[in-house]
Amino acid sequence: MSFMKRHATLERHSLLLTVGILVVVSIGGLVEIAPLFYLENTIEKVQGMRPYTPLELKGRNIYIREGCYTCHSQMVRPLRDEVERYGHYSLAAESMYDHPFQWGSKRTGPDLARVGNKYSDEWHLDHLIDPRSVVPDSIMPPYAFLAEKKLHFDGIEDDLKALRLAGVPYTDDMIANARADLVAQASPNMDYDAEDALVARYEAIAERKGTLKISDYDRNPAKITEMDALIAYLQMTGTLVDFSTYEADDLNNRR
Amino acid sequence: MSSHLSTAEKPGWGFSIGTVSLLVGAVALGALIIAANAADPMMAAHAWLFFFLTVGGLLITGLWAGARNGRNPFDPAFYEDTIVKFGVAASMFWGIAGFLVGLIIALQLSFPGVFYFPELGWTNFGRLRPLHTSAVIFAFGGNVLIATSFYVVQRTCRTRLAGGMWPWFVFWGYNLFIVIAGTGYLLGVTQSKEYAEPEWYADLWLTIVWVAYLFVFLGTLWKRKEPHIYVANWFYLSFIVTIAMLHIVNNLAIPVSLTGSKSYQLFAGVQDALTQWWYGHNAVGFFLTTGFLAIMYYFIPKKVNRPVYSYRLSIVHFWSLIFIYIWAGPHHLHYTALPQWAQTLGMVFSIMLWMPSWGGMINGVMTLSGAWDKLRTDPVVRMMIVALAFYGMSTFEGPLMSVRAVNSLSHYTEWGIAHVHSGSMGWVGFISFGALYCLTPWLWKRKALFSNALVEWHFWLATLGILFYIVAMYVAGITEGFMWRAYNEFGFLEYAFIETVKAKHIMYIVRAIGGALYLIGALIMAYNLVRTALGHGQARDAEAVPAPASAQSPALQPAE
Repeated sequence: MSFMKRHATLERHSLLLTVGILVVVSIGGLVEIAPLFYLENTIEKVQGMRPYTPLELKGRNIYIREGCYTCHSQMVRPLRDEVERYGHYSLAAESMYDHPFQWGSKRTGPDLARVGNKYSDEWHLDHLIDPRSVVPDSIMPPYAFLAEKKLHFDGIEDDLKALRLAGVPYTDDMIANARADLVAQASPNMDYDAEDALVARYEAIAERKGTLKISDYDRNPAKITEMDALIAYLQMTGTLVDFSTYEADDLNNRR
Repeated sequence: MSSHLSTAEKPGWGFSIGTVSLLVGAVALGALIIAANAADPMMAAHAWLFFFLTVGGLLITGLWAGARNGRNPFDPAFYEDTIVKFGVAASMFWGIAGFLVGLIIALQLSFPGVFYFPELGWTNFGRLRPLHTSAVIFAFGGNVLIATSFYVVQRTCRTRLAGGMWPWFVFWGYNLFIVIAGTGYLLGVTQSKEYAEPEWYADLWLTIVWVAYLFVFLGTLWKRKEPHIYVANWFYLSFIVTIAMLHIVNNLAIPVSLTGSKSYQLFAGVQDALTQWWYGHNAVGFFLTTGFLAIMYYFIPKKVNRPVYSYRLSIVHFWSLIFIYIWAGPHHLHYTALPQWAQTLGMVFSIMLWMPSWGGMINGVMTLSGAWDKLRTDPVVRMMIVALAFYGMSTFEGPLMSVRAVNSLSHYTEWGIAHVHSGSMGWVGFISFGALYCLTPWLWKRKALFSNALVEWHFWLATLGILFYIVAMYVAGITEGFMWRAYNEFGFLEYAFIETVKAKHIMYIVRAIGGALYLIGALIMAYNLVRTALGHGQARDAEAVPAPASAQSPALQPAE
């Protein structure tokens, strides 16, 4: 059989075999992934998206560090029960600044894509310190140590710079004021000018008001802790996009 | 002593020791510089770990090379079997470690009040779960693949491993990567991409090790004494080449600082998601499938002394398997914000994947033609054939779950956990156990295993363990999937999320029992292998060595 004879050539030449394998395994990825970078309707046109503030970014990094993604997805599917349980289905635009994405693959706990502003800061604080104190049947680990740990944010400018290199539109102003912004967001009623500057910087990019929350998230004015950062992040997830102006049926938003 | 081969090659053995030492020395120097300037304590810990382990490696290499007294330790007349022995030991060690961590996290979900410690945040589920997955996939599975590939490629090419010292660099370098990855998770160093959690510096190190692995493997193929490259080597080669591609693309990241542990992924959101699952699904496809199919293609024919069932089938299923697998990633992202055209492509190719998968299973099982009695008499053969049964089962279930409608129920639930564990415990675990049970008497020149009865115990405990595990998780997954979407007569959602968590409690306990049985089986196996290596019991008589001297590869001589 001639096909078998031809295959014998590959079996006799290891480099041909290697190149053959490489070509065959490259095709699928090229066809599926490459277009996502240039097809314009991959990411919907929305209003309200902005980069994470320094405090939220720090909180997000703690979320990643603790492996929250192993039990919590951040992707509401367009299914009736999910939209009713969690809120509007997730858009690609909502994770456009997520390096890396946090869609998850398992819901040992509920989806967190829209947990922002659903519970009070106090609820999150109690829940993270001892999940079973507020949800008796919870199987979540306790994160009391976050409330003790001082948040280290010395190199926060470098974080923003690295993200800008990856395409997140942080301005020079945001980078220069990163530390001040971080402190301001966790210290309400301390320095009103700093608070106003923070809000102005991030709302200008969002083109939407009211997506930035300033709070002493861990109810401990003495220091800024990792708990402050994590709750700040949780409280803003899924709150950026203005769904009152989002046109799901627009051709550019169809997937 | 190993078997004699042709002595026609020139030694030059100091050269490979020199080049390896140069590379390791450069890494040690870099690690020292980073350790002295570390931007965060995690990076400091890892840089010092790198430094001490690489310097220790250099010292041991120097002492060892000095003690050779000018004798070539890489004598081309002999197979390099010592490294395979190390690989067998490492596999067994990491396997038990990985199964143990799995049992611990199963218990955490069953009894959160007992197995969580508020003061020890690093023992929380979120940090231990990557430790479990990496330990079983990369530490256990990876060491099995490196050890078996080094054994198989030498036998089927009838030549010693290429590269002198370089295979040792691959083995120790890979295990250093495992240590860096595992300690990293406990310290909180992770980029959160499933099965690709290690940070940028660990990824760079693995890239170096992996390129060395590719060249050791190719180098051995280049000096083969057989005209044809045996089918198992096609599979090993596709595993090595494709994992290199996947690893590099999925780990593209921008470090915040060259002396810090943190990096940000280059891609964001939807592009990052598809890149990740293109990687994730093909870590299953090329690490856990083609690599272990290579094991099947050597160890099953060898153990039952029969040729591979069909040469033609092996060609067809090899190329179709590796071509189609790469497309299947998007089925992890059904109903997400990934464009639907990509989801549909992923689903279609996932369904097509069923055929080449079963092609491999059929080729393996039918190799027993004429030797079916071995299923009854040889528990090691039975283990490998049951592995193929689990492979067939999970590669049927996979395409089923990739159908969007089914996926809307199964995704995010314990069904997925059941699916991956029938594949990993059943297929990867059992075929690996089979290979290790074969290799130990062959490498240590023993007549037989220390005890066949203990293999029977292992087989039945592990099989029962898998059944407990997967049945519990199927029930839990389908239960919660239906509870999430249940409506009451007023048109409201019937259950709060926490009620679905509560409903799984008993199933979680049953799952932990299954995991414990599987772990006990592995402990019995480790005991059996150690006693075999020591030459106890039935393994005592070293005279009639069954392991062939100049191992003829099992027939499957292509059309000449």
